[in-house]
Amino acid sequence: MADFTSNFWSWYIIIPVVAGFIFCLFLIIWMSGGTLSGGKAKPTGHIWDEDLQELNNPLPGWWVNLFYITIVFGAIYLVLYPGLGNYEGLLGWTSQGRYEKEVKAADKRFSPIYKAYAQVNLRTLVHDAKAMKTGQRLFTNYCTVCHGSDAGGAPGFPNLTDSAWLYGGEPEQIKQSIMNGRAGVMPAWEPALGAKGVHEVGEYVISLSGRKVHISAAEAGEKRFMAMCAACHGKDGKGKIALGAPNLTDNIWLYGGSQKTINESIAKGRGGKMPAHKDFLGADKVHLLAAYIYSLSR
Amino acid sequence: MAETETYNYTVVRQFAIMTIVWGVVGMLVGVVIASQMAWPALNFDTPWLSFGRLRPLHTNAVIFAFGGSALFSTSYYIVQRTCHARLFAGKLAAFTFWGWQLVILSAVITLPMGITTSKEYAELEWPIDILITLVWVSYAIVFFGTIIKRKTPHIYVANWFFGAFILVVALLHVVNSAAIPVSMFKSYSVYSGAQDAMVQWWYGHNAVGFFLTAGFLGMMYYFVPKQANRPVYSYRLSVVHFWALIFTYIWAGPHHLHYTALPDWTQSLGMVFSLILLAPSWGGMINGIMTLSGAWQKLRTDPILRFLIVSVSFYGMSTFEGPMMAIKTVNALSHYTDWTIGHVHSGALGWVAMISMGAMYYLIPRLFDRKIYSLQLIEVHFWLATLGIVLYIASMWVSGVMQGLMWRAVNADGTLTYSFVESVQAMHPFYIVRFLGGTFFLVGMLVMAYNIWRTIEGAKPAIAAIPAPAH
Repeated sequence: MADFTSNFWSWYIIIPVVAGFIFCLFLIIWMSGGTLSGGKAKPTGHIWDEDLQELNNPLPGWWVNLFYITIVFGAIYLVLYPGLGNYEGLLGWTSQGRYEKEVKAADKRFSPIYKAYAQVNLRTLVHDAKAMKTGQRLFTNYCTVCHGSDAGGAPGFPNLTDSAWLYGGEPEQIKQSIMNGRAGVMPAWEPALGAKGVHEVGEYVISLSGRKVHISAAEAGEKRFMAMCAACHGKDGKGKIALGAPNLTDNIWLYGGSQKTINESIAKGRGGKMPAHKDFLGADKVHLLAAYIYSLSR
Repeated sequence: MAETETYNYTVVRQFAIMTIVWGVVGMLVGVVIASQMAWPALNFDTPWLSFGRLRPLHTNAVIFAFGGSALFSTSYYIVQRTCHARLFAGKLAAFTFWGWQLVILSAVITLPMGITTSKEYAELEWPIDILITLVWVSYAIVFFGTIIKRKTPHIYVANWFFGAFILVVALLHVVNSAAIPVSMFKSYSVYSGAQDAMVQWWYGHNAVGFFLTAGFLGMMYYFVPKQANRPVYSYRLSVVHFWALIFTYIWAGPHHLHYTALPDWTQSLGMVFSLILLAPSWGGMINGIMTLSGAWQKLRTDPILRFLIVSVSFYGMSTFEGPMMAIKTVNALSHYTDWTIGHVHSGALGWVAMISMGAMYYLIPRLFDRKIYSLQLIEVHFWLATLGIVLYIASMWVSGVMQGLMWRAVNADGTLTYSFVESVQAMHPFYIVRFLGGTFFLVGMLVMAYNIWRTIEGAKPAIAAIPAPAH
């Protein structure tokens, strides 16, 4: 009923459909007459373009039967299934109902597996080879688009196999990240710092992981860093897990470690987003996935 | 001889030549994008060379440039010859030629630039859509004007199909392309959501049904009996299958949207009418093939007739496959896979291209009063094309069914057995075979272009007097 705003539109569908079936039957019956006199078809007597003619062979019997079969099949189908406007069909079938039925059946069959894993402590679960195999399959289907099939990440998407964790690498912290998602916010500092300031802070940040820089620029940058960046990244530049502020001293870079990219991060800011998977996968599957991801970095 | 006593072959000739030219171009672009599917590096990181932009160029070039030129050419030829009348409104007919070429040229420029409505097979932006409408209305005036002028009492069956094709394509184009322009090269469809999808596939499927089927059936009804020198098998059959075909096709579009947000009743009707479409489609195949009864031996010696008859066989095959794929249970496996691509090409290469090639081999020598340069080269072309189609369709069947099965495979723990990228990897060898198939088909087309060029080189246009009708 929901598909139609009034009964008029329902009949608007039903009448042409039924008329169409009748039209097809009429065509067959109308042209079904005519037998061959003496076993040979005669031309209709019309001639076009000097020699184009038409014989008038009767409709092939097998073809007429094929036509009838499809019409009868169609009619039965439209009695059983929705099709004729508001009429719901004898079977009461809907695609929504079919989907819900399948999901229910799958839940019944598979959810005990994940429920059982969810009872196991994350640190213990990593030793269960079968569980880790299932975890890997979940990872392959749900996580690889961003994090890569080797979990090695991509610019903007963290590598899950190393020791650097924006929001913490303990199994419970990983689970939290998957369950509720994360939103990383690095503000744009160019308006406050100016191009020169961005360059200086960039030099200082690069120096934190022991790379060569211009000493004077880095020194100027340090002062600015302490005033503007240390609140999140810490005075030592080692980051803060509570805020998802990355460690700047380990030479691991989410968006790339070239001077140009680092300056871009400072100037324009960054916004990282890990979507929440609680509602999508359910807590049990997330639990297993967290154990698998924890196993990658161990 | 006064011009009014002769057939207008000029516009027929122009379209016939452009059929060959656009055939080569469209199929070349097809081979390029097939190679990009196998070796993505061939995108060269260049936006206008990338698959996403060249793919609509390929479809537009083969459907509307190659197929369209073939339809214009043959319909103008056939309607004159079977009406015993010179083409109505010669200047308007000339406009349809230059206008249609301008449409194609605009497509060749705008599509690689990324200017698109994003509606499949209707990608061209609104100014070009308006030009298409003008050309199409002119086409209708020329065609039906000639029918009205006819000297024969009855309208030949080929013209029923051309007439239906012209009328319905006009309707489809205007309704589906309705849009609100926001700038010279950007417009938004007036439909949205599931309704937009339904209008799009009502258009898309009937572009297949009327542009690529009804029009080419018109071709079949003229060139098969002419080349075989036999009468059409059954007038009764042509009446039933014509009316049933044009009625039923209009309903079949929703089978492109099975298991989507489209309402259940719409999906059911799309499936039911797609199945009923089987018999009307096969009516055309029977009438084409049975026209040869009593003249089967000609297939051995006449490669042009072989092009025509093999094309009708492919028509029968793909119009069997289509209704089967429209069944929801089958569609659940085939949808979004390469099977669809294989199905489309068994119709596009096997039916549409093969019958156009046969028609052009018949037509072009007559338009220039010459004999074909080499029958042997037609033979070579026939085998290259056939081999190419077989490689193409077979590889896409295997790849498509494999994809469908990989996507739905589930492990004992309820997880998917294969990730998407594993199915992509598995398709790779079949993409190479498909590329080879397409290459065979393109080389065949180049052989045809050479053969035609040698046939008409230095020839003067033929002038044909209109004979008095037989009755």
